[in-house]
Amino acid sequence: MSAVLAIIRRDLLLAMRRKSEVLTALFFFIIVVSLFPLGIGPEAALLKKIAPGVIWVAALLATMLGLARLFAPDHADGTLEQMVLAPSPLGLLITGKIAAHWITTGLPLVLLAPVLGIQFDLDGETLGILVVALLLGTPLLSLIGAIGAALTLGVRGGGVLLSLLVLPLYVPTLIFGAGAVEAHISGLGAGGHLSLLAALLALAVFFAPWATTAALRIALE
Amino acid sequence: MSSNKIIHWFKYASPQSFYPVAGKMIPWFWALAAVFGVAGLWITFFAAPTDFQQGEGYRIIFIHVPAAWMSMFIYLVMAGWAALGLALGTRLSGMMAQALAPTGAIMAFLSLWTGAFWGKPMWGAWWVWDARLTSALILFFLYIGFIALQAAIDDPRRADKAGAILALVGVVNVPIIYFSVKWWNTLHQGASVSLMKAPTMAATMLWGMLIMALAFWMYSIAVALTRVRAIILEREAHTEWVKELPEVKS
Repeated sequence: MSAVLAIIRRDLLLAMRRKSEVLTALFFFIIVVSLFPLGIGPEAALLKKIAPGVIWVAALLATMLGLARLFAPDHADGTLEQMVLAPSPLGLLITGKIAAHWITTGLPLVLLAPVLGIQFDLDGETLGILVVALLLGTPLLSLIGAIGAALTLGVRGGGVLLSLLVLPLYVPTLIFGAGAVEAHISGLGAGGHLSLLAALLALAVFFAPWATTAALRIALE
Repeated sequence: MSSNKIIHWFKYASPQSFYPVAGKMIPWFWALAAVFGVAGLWITFFAAPTDFQQGEGYRIIFIHVPAAWMSMFIYLVMAGWAALGLALGTRLSGMMAQALAPTGAIMAFLSLWTGAFWGKPMWGAWWVWDARLTSALILFFLYIGFIALQAAIDDPRRADKAGAILALVGVVNVPIIYFSVKWWNTLHQGASVSLMKAPTMAATMLWGMLIMALAFWMYSIAVALTRVRAIILEREAHTEWVKELPEVKS
């Protein structure tokens, strides 16, 4: 457990030293969300309707930006090989890296989302649902994305390939995440969607680090 | 006795002994595909009655449903080979997975395309954003991702293993496709063939669909075996036995 915390602390420290990378993804998120009203028109009713989908798609893309950097720097300077040789199980260390990735890219999105939601005229309760859905969904994005990042480590055209591999796998998260907010707006209640999202998260927490570890071992062979 | 059997089975796990066996099997599967295909098409166009609600346009489901079945089933088989390759480290497993992927992608594309042709007269739209259509589209993307990942990695052993993990991760998606009909009740009609209860379609239609499905099976096996032979030749080009083959020598 201390090894996991050490990895998280190390990755957060690295992120703090290079703030621009984290902030770039965050501003990307804000810009993408702000582009939609400009493209669609300032009609409040329509914008309110598409808001959950827009925010979720932007969150998906913003998470993708950070994924390529998840393992690549550690691979380049040999840290990853040291992790494989470390006495702690690689799966735990990888879980720590994924957690750090979520804290640096997912959590800021969750915190920013209500502000962007206000731009789209969502009311307080809906914003609450949006935050809960993102809170359940963004770790899922980091977990699934880590598998893709490990598979494309050091591969030709890795960045584009990564989005090709990962985005289709993000679809259930997007459906349930945006669906939760839409179900709440239409009066159906978000409970079902949120439960499914939580179930997917439980599944991913168990399997994703394991698959990521296997993919990393292959990449390092 | 049992140990003999294991050795016997693993014999065909080596590309060298599988290559001629596959070569002998291919014509048979092509012949079966042709027989089932002709029979299935005859039922499709002549034997099956006109549907009282959907008219003649429904006949495209004789292509659509088998293609959709195959697209899902091939992914499962591919993931099965991938798992076998990861667990046992057999080279042939990875080659089989690689050989199946393009056929699966074609089947997924075919099911989407014929689905659009069916949807236009029935629903009045080429495409609706229904859960089942969408997940079939995702399945198609998964195939493309698998093919792209394998193509991007130069070392064939690493490509096999990385592809295997991707296939196993993606296989989670296949049941979601299948059960999405039950999860989301939208425009798409529910499954009309079920093992649990009596089918809701006429017996001739069911037979037509099953025979067409068999034709698709035989076609897929024949094509996959042909492709795996090509992959074997490509990857084993440096070995003595490949150089000794009559088709390589000439």
